[in-house]
Amino acid sequence: MECTDIINTLAACLEVSGTDPGLAQFIQILLGVVIVTMAPLIVVILLIWVERKFAARVQDRIGPNRVGPYGLLQTIADALKLIIKEDITPAGADRLIYNLAPIISVVSVVLIWAVIPFSPIHIGVDLSIGALYFVAVGSIGTLAIMMAGWSSNNKYALLGAFRVVAQLVSYEVPMVFALLVPVLIAGSMSMQGIVEAQRGMWFVILSPVAALIFFISTQAETGRAPFDLIEAESELVAGFNIEYSGMKFGLFFAGEFVHVFTNALLMASLFFGGWVGPAVDQVPALGFIYVVLKAAIFYLFSLLLRNTLPRVRIDQLMAFNWKFLVPVSIVNVIVVAFLLQVVRALGLAPSAELSNDFIANLPQAIVLLVGSLAIVIYVLQQLRNFGRQERLSQQTVTVRKEDEVDMLPAQAAH
Amino acid sequence: MLELNAQSIGFLIFSAFTIGGGLGVVSSRNLIHGALYLILSLFGAAGLFVLLSAEFLAAVQVLVYIGAIAILIIFAVMLTRSLTRLGEVFNKQWWLSALVAIGMFVLILVGVILPVFSGMDTSGVSPNVATTIDLGVALVDGNQYVLPFEVASILLTAAMIGAIVIARDNE
Amino acid sequence: MVPLWMYLLVSAALFCIGAYGVLSRRNAVAILMSVELMLNAVNINLVAFWRYLTPQNMSGQAFAAFVFVIAAAEAAVGLAIIISVYRNRRSVVVEDVNLLKG
Repeated sequence: MECTDIINTLAACLEVSGTDPGLAQFIQILLGVVIVTMAPLIVVILLIWVERKFAARVQDRIGPNRVGPYGLLQTIADALKLIIKEDITPAGADRLIYNLAPIISVVSVVLIWAVIPFSPIHIGVDLSIGALYFVAVGSIGTLAIMMAGWSSNNKYALLGAFRVVAQLVSYEVPMVFALLVPVLIAGSMSMQGIVEAQRGMWFVILSPVAALIFFISTQAETGRAPFDLIEAESELVAGFNIEYSGMKFGLFFAGEFVHVFTNALLMASLFFGGWVGPAVDQVPALGFIYVVLKAAIFYLFSLLLRNTLPRVRIDQLMAFNWKFLVPVSIVNVIVVAFLLQVVRALGLAPSAELSNDFIANLPQAIVLLVGSLAIVIYVLQQLRNFGRQERLSQQTVTVRKEDEVDMLPAQAAH
Repeated sequence: MLELNAQSIGFLIFSAFTIGGGLGVVSSRNLIHGALYLILSLFGAAGLFVLLSAEFLAAVQVLVYIGAIAILIIFAVMLTRSLTRLGEVFNKQWWLSALVAIGMFVLILVGVILPVFSGMDTSGVSPNVATTIDLGVALVDGNQYVLPFEVASILLTAAMIGAIVIARDNE
Repeated sequence: MVPLWMYLLVSAALFCIGAYGVLSRRNAVAILMSVELMLNAVNINLVAFWRYLTPQNMSGQAFAAFVFVIAAAEAAVGLAIIISVYRNRRSVVVEDVNLLKG
């Protein structure tokens, strides 16, 4: 091995300078783990500032502007405040579970970063089952919220936990179905393989429906507005984390912020080409910039959604998932799988050596795009019919009410 | 003696999780604790799958067992509020059950484990392992497991409908 | 590498712990959890035998995958039955569900 890149060949560099090979290997792995786990925790400091500034602009305020230039150090001041606050464990709480929950909540999000590809050579670990892995560790987050809600010995916290099961477990279904589409097209579950397969064309062009469903369901997975029924300040006071104070609350808070950005990164990697961009093969470090820029767009978009949309009701939330997202995502997977087979049978798929070429990918993209368009048109048609029916039934209800109002004075006159 | 390297240390830790979690499940009075022990045990088993180079099964284990089944169980415990009404944890035949379990363990020890006992020798094990892609192909290959695969999907659908029908309120 | 019999030992121990739980616990949910333990022990066994004896052949992993399916179906139906029983009898202790007993 040569000593070239400090992160990828640290072991080789150490061996050159005379360290034991086994120890060198261990130090390299340890360094990788530390970098991958620290990155999200450092990024979150900036994310919180961005979010507060953004929310302030939406609400016609200035936002944090006192601590440091442009208020950049506000988050650090807040973290210090959280650390020195009194650490309360409520009476009757299940101590061990109560203290474990915030840690698991953060860990379940940080673990996802292990499989996010940042450049052709920079990835925590390129698992052959990367796509499945991040769904699996993501589902541990549900467990953390359940543990927090139950162990707090508080009925609002428990109600929040009940809603979590309903919401997060339900929205995992369309998310996995949408995730199947890039896996199908790339023919690989490895995250690096999925990004590599997008060198010719981004998957969002091949299946915009899947991208949209993935975005909506990951939005619900984070449990933020318009899907913030888990916390719902006005109904549940704060939901599952009502009893948490100090840095334990801070961990839940940080976990949520990292989760939003992680979802943006996944969205960028799965559907928008990840680190793919000009000159990325010559200078791999450019991949970091490309993927973070793409993710930043989705991050800002989800902030916009959070700050402008009202909260949905729980029945609307479930109906939207089971009666709309799940059927559409299943149909989408079937259509994409079918069309991919058709494309391969007709020989329209790009050959292996041309798979990086935009033009060679066009026939396949056009066929798949037509399929997506058909789904969209059919769904819109159905929605229009449904909306018309709803309006009609509502009109009859109001008409009937007016009749009753008319009758009342008449009865009084008798 | 067992040679201490990353694999064997991992094996020891994950088996401790698996067995310790299992003991917690059968002995804990509080059912939520039991469910969390179950998760610990399932997590240990997922770790063992990784050591056995079955990464796909490990991920499915975390996704299906911990992400779905265990959470369903916790949900059921909360819905039935059974932890507050529990007097005795074990029934009257607990000693008989213990006898049966120990007898079964001895039987497996003699019948299954002794024939394959090889000391510390693992030289005959092939380093070439089939990949996840092979598993996927095997599940849809007409000559291998496509029929069980389809039957399994029908079973899941039937179970889903059955669960909804049984648990539904009658009104 | 760890020899095969160690995996089998863990799996056998887990299976017997699960069996003890099924036979001795009174709460239906606890019995269901013990059944999950037993299914897991079976899975460890299947995967261990697959890895050590026929790593080229997919039978072990495929069977383990089917066990997952069975476990998911069993948990869904089992918990539905438990909730239904609780609704009718206000109890999840299996000894209380004895209407069919003469």
